[in-house]
Amino acid sequence: MSQKFSLDGQVIPFEDGETIMQAATKAGVFIPHLCYHPEFKPHGSCKLCTVKVNGRQTASCTMRASTGMVVENNTEELNGERRALTQMLFVEGNHFCPSCEKSGNCQLQATAYHLGMMSPHYDHFFPNRPVDATHPDFFIDFNRCILCSLCVRASRDVDKKNVFALSGRGIKTHLIVNAASGNLADTDFSLADKAAQVCPVGVILQKRQGFAVPIGERTYDKAPIAAQREPEMEGAPK
Amino acid sequence: MNAPVKKKLKVATTSLAGCFGCHMSLLDIDERLFTLLEHIEFDRSPLTDIKNVSPDCDIGIIEGGLCNAENVHVLREFRKHCKILIALGACAVNGGLPAQRNHFPLTTILEEVYHTSPGLANGMIPNDPELPLPLNQVHPIHEVVKIDYSIPGCPPSGDAIWKVLTDLLAGREPTLDHDLMHYD
Repeated sequence: MSQKFSLDGQVIPFEDGETIMQAATKAGVFIPHLCYHPEFKPHGSCKLCTVKVNGRQTASCTMRASTGMVVENNTEELNGERRALTQMLFVEGNHFCPSCEKSGNCQLQATAYHLGMMSPHYDHFFPNRPVDATHPDFFIDFNRCILCSLCVRASRDVDKKNVFALSGRGIKTHLIVNAASGNLADTDFSLADKAAQVCPVGVILQKRQGFAVPIGERTYDKAPIAAQREPEMEGAPK
Repeated sequence: MNAPVKKKLKVATTSLAGCFGCHMSLLDIDERLFTLLEHIEFDRSPLTDIKNVSPDCDIGIIEGGLCNAENVHVLREFRKHCKILIALGACAVNGGLPAQRNHFPLTTILEEVYHTSPGLANGMIPNDPELPLPLNQVHPIHEVVKIDYSIPGCPPSGDAIWKVLTDLLAGREPTLDHDLMHYD
């Protein structure tokens, strides 16, 4: 453990092969993120975890730490850009927190709180994305998808089922279900799947579980996301 | 020598496509209303029943989004006459519950409400010139005029509203800490 780098002036130890995100998390430093999950190979797509390494921006979830790096994380400039990215995620989908079951347990919402997002700022797209309620145990509410691909990775790499995929390119990228009908009911998706546990927002929702935990007792009511000490529990239903 | 009497700030409020829940939350600042009234006076507001915004209004507080032409007219009057405009609550900030009609065509909604639904015999879609025309989609207010500050929440708590108003009165940039920041 002799290797170290500097993160906002704090000395962070790391081991060979660790990313900046992994080393920072181990040291108890929060770097905002949405598509990163400690149990999965990083995707590097949401860009919320962007830090400055020796003055250049890079995704901290994919960048390996190296000795002597000078990393900036919690700065006004980076948090401002993260806030703008978060605002774009809010206007691209339909994120109506008051009527969402995930509210209070949602990483997108908690991250927006952390970044001090008082409004979505941009013009809303109000896309039309029908809900898939065909499965007996789950809803898929595509309105809230932020394309983090965690369900894709979980279903492919852990469950070995390949239930989900991201289809299309650029602004047309969207989440699809791997069935000829496109319906979740026509897949072997089940309650025991890892993919059923990892959605950071309110897309993959277990039926008959909504609003079980009262306001005030939900994950991010009790403590802000930056103070959550069990990142491996992220997205898990309570 | 007597100090000059401090001029009270004029505050106007309105509810557009909202449910008045945010105004109820404003009243939830309870006895702090008396402290507030030492610094401000209400101009156009459901609380005063004054119908038009004074040209020299200092702060306009808008609840609700834009669902019809009259909402847009009122919002523009507020922007024209208020130095600072505040979006109060989820509907003003992102359209909120009314905006969940946005992926249905307006004709489908009017048909459903006035023709298809049970309850109305010979239901006809209202077409009185007195009635403001609905917009095709519900929009948050920042998409039409410049908004200076937003207070999220459905509704924002009385404490959150108090925090933003007192920050503004003290000349500070309003912020909400974790316990006051809620989108629901």
